[in-house]
Amino acid sequence: MADHAIAEPRAELRGLESFIADWSGDQEAFKRVHWGKAMMWIFLVSDTFVFGCFLTSYMTVRSSTTMPWPNASEVFALTIGGQEIPLILIAIMTFILISSSGTMALAVNYGYRHDRTKTMLLMLATAAFGATFVSMQAFEWTKLILEGVRPWGNPWGAPQFGSAFFMITGFHGLHVSIGVIYLITIAIKVKRGDYERKGNYEVVEIAGLYWHFVDLVWVFIFAFFYLW
Amino acid sequence: MDHGHATAQALPQQVHHDSKQGQQHPLGIYFVIWGLLFVLSAFSYGVDYFGFHGLARWSLILLFMWLKAGLIVAVFMHMRWERSPLMYAILVPPLLLAVLVGLMSMESDYTFWTRIIFFGFE
Repeated sequence: MADHAIAEPRAELRGLESFIADWSGDQEAFKRVHWGKAMMWIFLVSDTFVFGCFLTSYMTVRSSTTMPWPNASEVFALTIGGQEIPLILIAIMTFILISSSGTMALAVNYGYRHDRTKTMLLMLATAAFGATFVSMQAFEWTKLILEGVRPWGNPWGAPQFGSAFFMITGFHGLHVSIGVIYLITIAIKVKRGDYERKGNYEVVEIAGLYWHFVDLVWVFIFAFFYLW
Repeated sequence: MDHGHATAQALPQQVHHDSKQGQQHPLGIYFVIWGLLFVLSAFSYGVDYFGFHGLARWSLILLFMWLKAGLIVAVFMHMRWERSPLMYAILVPPLLLAVLVGLMSMESDYTFWTRIIFFGFE
């Protein structure tokens, strides 16, 4: 009976009951979940708190300042063909990151089909989208720095705007850059056949979790920092 | 308890994973979600482009934000197909951030009025 309880996760339980059964199981909390995936999820939860703290600090400085907050719609506008389009660069960056999430989801799927070439190509496409995103961010930073935005001040209003902008987008950009390196590494290992030997492509899904998380964080940054 | 521990040691550490146990779903669903994310992003950009203000602005921003976040977590990150012990462990703790947000909004309100009362407007 004891052996049975350990070897077989109690699949008949659902919802909260299975949660309690697993967590009181005295051996392993996430049954039938690859350890790497559970660890990646736990890392992502801790990262959620890091970004949560950044965005909460941003909320705090923005709502406590007595000076007007710079209008993101105008700050991030670009003049294209003689016409000023509000927030256009950020919109393009958003679409690029969503596209990268799409190619990543397909890469995970082809990984489980053991299609090594397609998996590698899709992962490299994802990394290329990510690199494009970071380049556009570098362009955006350069533009703002030339216009006089500093962590301690800017020409348009509340000085906290600069520190919130550099910290939040900088930390997110760092995540994207690390993700690009991570994806290229895994893509090479996929092509080389490392996971074919193990017969397990869950590594691709775990890399995908990280990448989708980066996209997820951008959804919140886009809403709170750029649109609000 | 000791007996249980010994048994656990003797048994293989992990249930075997082959590709059948991984997250394998038809490709179509990814394209549908991909498309939806594009449409929702276009909508949230539209909120700024067409200059919505006040209640309409922030409720639309929040609506599109949560829909996008939900689709990414549920489908792209496969959360809807995971077992509930993992779901609860991952999705419940971030709710604590609401406490931080609540505390900090009170704090910033206090700071704001302190600045107004003691320093006046700039």
